[in-house]
Amino acid sequence: MSDTTTTAAVAEKPKKEKSPILFGRTGSLTKAITNYCPGCSHGIAQRLVAEVIDEFEVEGETVGVCPVGCSVSAYNFYSCDMAQAAHGRAPAVATGIKRAKSDNIVFTYQGDGDLASIGMAETVHAATRGENITVIFINNAIYGMTGGQMAPTSLPGQVTQTSPYGRDTDAAGFPIRVCELLSTLDGVALAQRVTVDSPKNVRAAKRAIKKAFQYQIDGRGFTIIEILATCPTNWGLTPADSFTWLQENMIPYYPLGVYKDTGAAEKE
Amino acid sequence: MAEKVLMKGNEALAEAAIRAGCKHFFGYPITPQTEVAAYMSKRMPKIGGTYLQAESEVAAINMVYGASAAGVRVMTSSSSPGVSLKSEGISYMIGADLPALIINVQRGGPGLGGIQPSQADYWMATKATGHGDGHVIVFAPSTVQEMADLVALAFDLGDKYRTPVMVLADGLLGQMMEPVDLPEPIKSEDLPAKPWAIDGHKGKRDHNTINSLFLVAQELEDSIVSRWKRYEQIKAEEQMSESYMTDDADIVLVAYGAASRIARSAVNKAREEGLKVGLFRPITLWPFPSDALEATVDKAKSYLVTEFSMGQMVDDVRLIVNGRKPVSFFAHTGGVVQTPDEVLEALRRVATGETFNMVPYQSKLSGEAR
Repeated sequence: MSDTTTTAAVAEKPKKEKSPILFGRTGSLTKAITNYCPGCSHGIAQRLVAEVIDEFEVEGETVGVCPVGCSVSAYNFYSCDMAQAAHGRAPAVATGIKRAKSDNIVFTYQGDGDLASIGMAETVHAATRGENITVIFINNAIYGMTGGQMAPTSLPGQVTQTSPYGRDTDAAGFPIRVCELLSTLDGVALAQRVTVDSPKNVRAAKRAIKKAFQYQIDGRGFTIIEILATCPTNWGLTPADSFTWLQENMIPYYPLGVYKDTGAAEKE
Repeated sequence: MAEKVLMKGNEALAEAAIRAGCKHFFGYPITPQTEVAAYMSKRMPKIGGTYLQAESEVAAINMVYGASAAGVRVMTSSSSPGVSLKSEGISYMIGADLPALIINVQRGGPGLGGIQPSQADYWMATKATGHGDGHVIVFAPSTVQEMADLVALAFDLGDKYRTPVMVLADGLLGQMMEPVDLPEPIKSEDLPAKPWAIDGHKGKRDHNTINSLFLVAQELEDSIVSRWKRYEQIKAEEQMSESYMTDDADIVLVAYGAASRIARSAVNKAREEGLKVGLFRPITLWPFPSDALEATVDKAKSYLVTEFSMGQMVDDVRLIVNGRKPVSFFAHTGGVVQTPDEVLEALRRVATGETFNMVPYQSKLSGEAR
């Protein structure tokens, strides 16, 4: 492909013409085929972020950061500029990107082991600095890429490869509720937990992501959207049963909702 | 015109970086590099730059990764234990071909070690800056003037070869004051373009990715081989060293950084006694200035290496001399530093034909010559 062709193809991409097609490939996703397992929530979550980028028409001004875990592949799937980061370090990398080019929109896309275990320091401090970035946090209560080990968000009693008798909270401690924890920090503008188990919740998740991006555009500070997600492969369940397990086990422990919203607080 | 001012080494480093177009500094407090961060925290807000005190060295180097990926000149500074923490990030920067300036104002180690000057991080800087196959360019200044001059060069070479660059100083150089000619500030329009940066494609180019992950084995090998081809170019074009009175020298004394200042005094004293001694001072530690050292091998009768460590750079000297001439070693580990008279005494012994490897615990010199 010649350079001219590439440029032309890129220039055509952001077109948002009315057409009889109601649903097609999301503009800010590449044509790469994802490597996610059947029933995995990453596909929906990543598409929602891409749809928000398209709706704001900011693909050319957006930079994404994906650290280690199943989330790392995301750099193949977004057609905005992307950085891969070391395990847990995405908020620090995003801080550097944002401080260097503050006009750009910067988001991270992180899993639970990454964000809430090895990257907790980077997460908490980016949040308390009010770093003007958006964190998309995929919480599926397990390490996916390494094959199903206990995560900081694995539920009490949850059987994983490294908690074969179920998570024993006496020995392994308790799961971390990230939105609740971060909502105590003054730098956080928005902390909201959503899921993608139904069309209604998918739409709600997208609205939350859109609000987070809007808050970043408005310079409000740190925003985090936690998405409760499925991992059928490592949970050992079918895709359909995975959503039932999520509804029956994860949502009670991690209630959906808005934990902090500086915009709503102003309106009150 | 350049202006001559009296400055601490650490402050000269910082000011030179700003003049080289670096407007982003991410760091974490540690002795004995504190003045770099303090200087940056004072200056950066005045020039529209970023000074950010990170939550850890780990975070700081990853902020550097991000800012470099976004296309700006960026730096961090630390001291030995902090550089250990940065090594993960440095490895990722090597793998993602990201330039940046990393300062290590060395202190004693291992562990928490001490806060006195040391040269115990030579191996870490030149052989194993992080996991994986890779290098960073390493400069070793020996004066405050060189601290300033090498910083500008470090940014230029980092951008040219897309690699992290380290300035390996020590607590002695960082804390000492000397007059320095500060370089002229670079104009922002003269900074090199970075078409690979992730600064938002604005619909004008294909999207860029900064990445060090290659799951297809062949792609990983290709990326490493292509980087090592650049290393070959760096080795061919960027070696730097100083030779002092080596032309007629029977004994070549090899030392870098602050240890080379002591070595130079010893060479002057030895010359007064009629000993034909010269000093070879590596300025780049990676690439090691092997060509210039090689040029001394025919003429020299023997070598003496002196460092503030149990013997790290001496490995590289021995690799180059490769058994053709005897290489002796004499050192203290830093904090406790060798005196010029101790080095002179070691030179006298080498002159009598002795070959030795004298580190402090087996040194007969310490008591006599101190």
